[in-house]
Amino acid sequence: MRFGNLGTPRSASRRHFLRVSGGLGIGLIVNIGFLEAAYGQSPAVKTVDPTGFVKIAPDSTVTVLSKHLEMGQGPYTGLATLVAEELDADWAQIRAEGAPANDALYKNFAFGAQGTGGSTSIANSYEQMRKAGATARAMLVSAAAQQWQVPSEEITVAKGVVRHAKSSRQASFGELAEAAAAQPAPGDVKLKDPRDFVLIGKNLQRLDASSKSTGHATFTIDVHRPDALTVLVAHPPRFGAKAVSFDDAAARRVRGVVDVRSIPQGVAVYAKGFWAAQKARDALRVQWDEAGTERRGTQELIAAFRAGIGQPDGIATNKGDTGRALATAAKVVEAEYIFPYLAHSPLETLDCAIEIKNGACEAWYGCQFPGIDHPVIAGVLGLPKEKVKINVLYAGGSFGRRAQIFGELAAEAAQALKALGRDASIKLVWTREDDIRGGSYRPLVLHRLRGGLDKAGNITALEDAVAAQSFLKGTPLEAMLVDGRDPLVTEGASDLPYAIPNLRVVERVMQVGVPVLSWRSVGHTHTAYATETFIDELLASGGKDPVAGRLALLKGEPRYAGVLRAAAKLADWKGAKVGAGRARGVAVHKAFDTYVAQIAEVSRGSDGMPKVEKVWCAVDCGVAVNPDNVKSQMEGAIGFGLSAILFDEITLEAGQVMQSNFHDYRMLRINEMPHVEVTVVSSKEKPTGVGEPGVPPIGPAVANAWRALTGQSVRHLPFSRVLST
Amino acid sequence: MTAFSVNGRKVEVDVDPDTPLLWVLRDELQLIGTKYGCGVAQCGACTVHLNGLPRRACVTPVSSIEGGEIVTIEGLEGKEADAVKSAWVGLNVPQCGYCQSGQIMSAVSLLTEIPSPSDADIDHAMTGNVCRCATYVRIRAAIQRAAADLKKG
Repeated sequence: MRFGNLGTPRSASRRHFLRVSGGLGIGLIVNIGFLEAAYGQSPAVKTVDPTGFVKIAPDSTVTVLSKHLEMGQGPYTGLATLVAEELDADWAQIRAEGAPANDALYKNFAFGAQGTGGSTSIANSYEQMRKAGATARAMLVSAAAQQWQVPSEEITVAKGVVRHAKSSRQASFGELAEAAAAQPAPGDVKLKDPRDFVLIGKNLQRLDASSKSTGHATFTIDVHRPDALTVLVAHPPRFGAKAVSFDDAAARRVRGVVDVRSIPQGVAVYAKGFWAAQKARDALRVQWDEAGTERRGTQELIAAFRAGIGQPDGIATNKGDTGRALATAAKVVEAEYIFPYLAHSPLETLDCAIEIKNGACEAWYGCQFPGIDHPVIAGVLGLPKEKVKINVLYAGGSFGRRAQIFGELAAEAAQALKALGRDASIKLVWTREDDIRGGSYRPLVLHRLRGGLDKAGNITALEDAVAAQSFLKGTPLEAMLVDGRDPLVTEGASDLPYAIPNLRVVERVMQVGVPVLSWRSVGHTHTAYATETFIDELLASGGKDPVAGRLALLKGEPRYAGVLRAAAKLADWKGAKVGAGRARGVAVHKAFDTYVAQIAEVSRGSDGMPKVEKVWCAVDCGVAVNPDNVKSQMEGAIGFGLSAILFDEITLEAGQVMQSNFHDYRMLRINEMPHVEVTVVSSKEKPTGVGEPGVPPIGPAVANAWRALTGQSVRHLPFSRVLST
Repeated sequence: MTAFSVNGRKVEVDVDPDTPLLWVLRDELQLIGTKYGCGVAQCGACTVHLNGLPRRACVTPVSSIEGGEIVTIEGLEGKEADAVKSAWVGLNVPQCGYCQSGQIMSAVSLLTEIPSPSDADIDHAMTGNVCRCATYVRIRAAIQRAAADLKKG
């Protein structure tokens, strides 16, 4: 889900963020006529703010353009709330839609290009969207002042009505939109004092709740263009293999098949509808050149990682003298952790509708990185970017799956279109098997931890060595490396908040021919599990309570301690042992500048697996723009994280993926979902993201509860493999 | 040719007999509220009602439903459907929303059969519907709310 490293002040992207946001208000003034042409909207609908985020229709409907993809985390609602707040609109008149690809208008300040990820949507846009709303408001007011010949200072706006009390005149936004769009843009606008917020902080209805509860929301797979062909691509059985030749005689006999073509990604089958395309693809016989492809299996990879971890190639943190402290400790504890490859498996598989007509291309899909995909499509088709329009639709989940660094899906769709060699419209669809076998996994990761305790049971030293693949090194994201090191490998461990005098975190980047990618909460998916279960064991060795022991080490960290206390209070924490066949575990972690503590209560299920009965969660994300959405994200993240630690692993044998669909890559189901209680800690800090930070703590909280219940430390995930061996 | 009814309308389709109902609905009839998630009846995103009972459209060959009555999310009507949809919106159940047509089809079936379901009834009836966003806490709450609303009348 994450792309940049927003929130790490030392990173290049952060500096970029500050520089660009400082220039807002003067740098983004654009021609409004161009905008309207770009949107293809009715001329009656006016783009009222010159920064391109607010459109007003004659019926006063206000449409907020979201530069962040709506893949479930609620940015349409959150960003529209920010605009509506400063616009003094009525919530009922607000709509949202995806902004088209346009870096100049819609870049993510954390990335320098248009894209969604890293839980940045609200954090990145908090001021920008409020300014857009305030700007549109100022232009409506100035239009009214001009029409009514009154000073603009005497005009008020509330609930979508513009008023001049003295002359008893009023107008709706729709009535003023055309005149407002013609007003000069205000130089600078004043934002509301948070005390005057009417909408921010309220539990507003999600703007997409209704269309998503009636089957009317349009996802990529729902795009229906005249004469469009459905395209399935036969992908190689091993990563990186190339099709040498193919026999399509049987495939072409399938009713509804129109064409079969070779493309760089494999062999594309074009058909009238999905079923014909799938049957034809099954009937294809393809010869693959597998020279140079990855041939190792999971066991060999783990062995290679074990060998590599002793030879780190980067030091992330080096505080005190960890080597000496461990050598002189009264007790040393050591543990190895193994985290498997994980598929994201969003419920909507990868898909892309794209067409070319008279030298112009248009695409419709849940595009997560328009800033990357736009030039990729233009490049494949040999068109200038101006001739390629990307319409951004709802995505049926992503969790990082669509955060493609090389624009792989866009490239495949464009290649399939290009291979037809004529004006055409296609819809590329990946099957579930394509998705689960398609790589871009959360990397395989090994941690080796050593901890030292003194005679009194205090933790004196901690060392964490991490071996993992990098998806920054050698990719377009290389600028995110810090001193040649990949900070995402150790994030969440390198900044461990506990007052441990000696801390050393090192990394080893491994080379494996399996494509990897960010996966909801990125490095935190494994660092939180390794550090929070290990700390728990060290505290237990020293005879300390999991909550009190952590709090004693968090004296200089009020926000970590704050969520931990809040979760303990919510759960009425009285220790890990609760009797009646149940136990509790706790974990606290910060990801993307949002702090989350979770307490899990666990029993042993009839299948021998942990049954997670209840989870209490406390979150501090600064100002909560929509507290109900924050809760919803925590609930979902708990289920998402649980699915991974209990059941999921992608394994390889001789370089081939062994899983293929939901029967062998299990999703958490409703009967496995714990009851969840969430409290949102009140804060005046600037808002931070909530899409990912709920994931990291659930694994260690459950593992700590399981150890309290059974005495068993689970260090090789998922739980299912440990219990079945 | 296979003849059946969809949302009260008679249709005849000329496709290969093994074509799953899901793709007939989506590609032939442009009823796109019913979703593809796995193709092997593991996720429930394609759930429709066949003669009043939930059915995974992705593994239902169209030839097997000759003369049958299909209801999809687009044609879902009645007091249970209204109560479920309204609870879904009121509790902000959807996140990405992709699975929710299937969830709602299963929820309406459950309430039609068991007007006051327990949490165990809900878990049992809804286990076949995967939500990758894990909106399960709210799905349970929304079904309970819909049941309560139906009782009030």
